[in-house]
Amino acid sequence: MQWLSDLANWSLLSLHPPGWGGVLLKGFAASITIALGAYTVGLLIGLWGAWNKLFGGELTRDLWGLYTTTIRAVPELVLILMLYFAGTDLVNTVLKHWGYEPIDINGFVAGVLVIGIVQGAYATEVLRGAILAIPRGQLEAAVAFGMGKWCILRRIILPAMLPFALPGLANLWLVVTKDTALLAVVGFSELTQVTRQAAGATKAYFLFYLAAGCLYLSLTLISTWLIKKLERWANRGRAQ
Amino acid sequence: MIKYQAAPYPFATHRIILALIFLIIFYFIVTELRWDWLPKYLPKLWQGLWVSLAMLFSTVILGFLLALPLGLVQVTGPRYLGRLAAGFCTMIRGTPLLLQLWLIYYGLGSVMAQFPELRDTWMWPYLRQAWPYAVLALTLSFAGYEGEVMRGAFAGVPRGELEAGRALGMSPTILFRRIWLPRAISRALPTLMGEVILQLKSTPLVATVTVIDLYAVITRIRQDTFITYEPLLLLAAIYMILTGLLTLLFKWYERRVPSMGV
Repeated sequence: MQWLSDLANWSLLSLHPPGWGGVLLKGFAASITIALGAYTVGLLIGLWGAWNKLFGGELTRDLWGLYTTTIRAVPELVLILMLYFAGTDLVNTVLKHWGYEPIDINGFVAGVLVIGIVQGAYATEVLRGAILAIPRGQLEAAVAFGMGKWCILRRIILPAMLPFALPGLANLWLVVTKDTALLAVVGFSELTQVTRQAAGATKAYFLFYLAAGCLYLSLTLISTWLIKKLERWANRGRAQ
Repeated sequence: MIKYQAAPYPFATHRIILALIFLIIFYFIVTELRWDWLPKYLPKLWQGLWVSLAMLFSTVILGFLLALPLGLVQVTGPRYLGRLAAGFCTMIRGTPLLLQLWLIYYGLGSVMAQFPELRDTWMWPYLRQAWPYAVLALTLSFAGYEGEVMRGAFAGVPRGELEAGRALGMSPTILFRRIWLPRAISRALPTLMGEVILQLKSTPLVATVTVIDLYAVITRIRQDTFITYEPLLLLAAIYMILTGLLTLLFKWYERRVPSMGV
């Protein structure tokens, strides 16, 4: 039973070489950092997109609609491949055209931007729905008080939509933590990619994939717990 | 000024201009980019498309069949089976599909290799190939997500309908077959349809375990011809068309069944 003894050989997971534990944890940290960055980018795009889709001009709304529909219709893997390679290529072509030296785009930045652009499409729809759920009178009252655009966004829209947006945004956070695994396909050293390297080097496939699964699962469970607390806070003072 | 905008007229001027711009871009893509590889690889592309669709539909059907008991035991008990099902759903939903796929393909595959007695059984020709592992991983993933959906659907069927069935003297089996299951499915259908599209977008992952689906064929073309973007554009276009077709199909079905989701 070679595979059972491999599974029980936890010394492979020790934090220092020859154990792979430290490598896995580093990959895990990279995954979380990318997820946080991409989520932030996605939220910003989403907020901008939701605003434009609701209050923008006709052309703006159609263009944003095109963005959200296209992104949501194509597999994330294909988008990541296209944006990751085509995006870096495009930047370098533009740089060359303007007479600059081509730059080596950092895989981390590219990953954050690519997943962020994908997340943005979903976040746009979540936030649009949440803003629509705000009773219209509240916005009209704000306008009647003479508030400006930014003031309304900051004081009325953001706090009032939060309870409506949280379930969808929480779901998006759980999705983005798992989407970072797709960067393994373009060779970026996040958790899934380093797990594959560790498993390939030691042949203890079960042990390493299960260990990585536990790390992802712990992230999901802790996130779910925090999200529950956050939802309770956002819904304070509201009839349950 | 903050004001909700009305939906524009479908043939508004800016839309016609947009459509013209896209036509020009499309024309440019067709005439200026390299498509000479297309006829040569067309049979392979069809085959890949077929594999992708087979992956989608087989795993959706199998996964849904697995999701029914997963959802049901969480509502009816027994308690320990419900816990087990909930744990399974959490595990599947809490880890990336790519990792599950690799765990099943490399992990299970490496275990199988250590049982020489398997080689003489009828299963061996299948176990040696990649697609059974891909189907297993995609099925378990779909079942994990849909088990949760079906739990909600089973729990959400109004009590009165079940009580009415019982009052009419239906046995638990008939009650389940005629009332509970169809009502739960019709409640869950809108969600399920969305999940089918998500599953479609997960299928290219199987290319990473050497299943020759559409994505794998495109990768192969890119490696053979050194053409970077054109095959990827085609791939994105095909997936957009597939998503569009599925959406249309579901919309048509939703109109046909007005009580859906109630």
